[in-house]
Amino acid sequence: MPWDLDNERPIYLQLMERIQQDIVSGVYKPGDKIPSVRDLALDAAVNPNTMQKALSELERSGLLYSQRTSGRFITEDTEMLKNLKRDLAAEHIRNFFQKMRQLGFSDEETLKIIQETIKGENHEFNT
Amino acid sequence: MNSILECQRLTKRYGNYFALSDLTLTLERGQIVGLLGPNGSGKTTLIKLINGLLVPSDGHLAVNGCAPGVETKKIISYLPDQDCLGNQMRVKDALKLYVDFYKDFSLERAENMLDVLEIDRHSRFSALSKGTKEKVQLILVMSRDAQLYVLDEPIGGVDPAARDYILQTILTNYNENATVLISTHLISDIESVLDHVLFLKAGHLVLNESVDEIRTKYGKSVDSLFREVFRC
Repeated sequence: MPWDLDNERPIYLQLMERIQQDIVSGVYKPGDKIPSVRDLALDAAVNPNTMQKALSELERSGLLYSQRTSGRFITEDTEMLKNLKRDLAAEHIRNFFQKMRQLGFSDEETLKIIQETIKGENHEFNT
Repeated sequence: MNSILECQRLTKRYGNYFALSDLTLTLERGQIVGLLGPNGSGKTTLIKLINGLLVPSDGHLAVNGCAPGVETKKIISYLPDQDCLGNQMRVKDALKLYVDFYKDFSLERAENMLDVLEIDRHSRFSALSKGTKEKVQLILVMSRDAQLYVLDEPIGGVDPAARDYILQTILTNYNENATVLISTHLISDIESVLDHVLFLKAGHLVLNESVDEIRTKYGKSVDSLFREVFRC
């Protein structure tokens, strides 16, 4: 199943995000070996060179490390993984607020809607 | 290692008409390159020049350092934009032909792909649909261990599901040192497998950039950029 990539942004960035996502959500655990460039590229239906670039960038950021003969592994640095999770969350929130502003809601109004939504959902759970 | 393809001021002229003018271009190894342009922009002309089917009017080109000829045909695997195998031929005859003709042809690889697509070896080409015929030709071409694959419109006639299979075939079979040059109109279907794209416009090379550079620089897909550059 090819990965869902959008057309406007550089492909390697989207591959990086997808792999980060998979790490955060636990598809890959700390210390896990990730599949080879070729297998990942086939799975994503992208060019192996592009996948290579994405993995090299992730390696540079420290999230992956490679062992010369045995492949690439997820970092075991749990602090780094925690930070990654927080960064991704912050980014989602920023994007969300930006979209709400485009719809004409102030940040305070947005917060209120969020609280109402949470209450609403709890209410649904209880009934 | 030297580059796989080098064109210098390459020109092809028919009378007063320039099918290709002053094209200077270098292709490195280990890339998948899209050759894009509207009808009549010179894509097939360039491909035929690379394969030695046409002779340049001016300028020159070298494949792996040699002018097109016997030596370059050994290392180029070419898929023409039209049927190249006789209609009376059966699939198994075509296999035999490729085994005889090309030292680098892997019969095993071809057989595997034919099995996956459930193509009968005993069928004559005249009895195959347009799409199936295209698939067989592509299988033959991709089963060689070439250094340069030149594919002229490989996915034009096949349905979207088979298109995915064909792209997968290209990705699986090419090795890191080989270069694949693909001409097509179906940009959005293939842009995620390309490293690099070339835009040809009326015989001129107007763009030569990597896909991710295009997306970074213009904030749009190669497909959208194409539609903009070539708006009618």
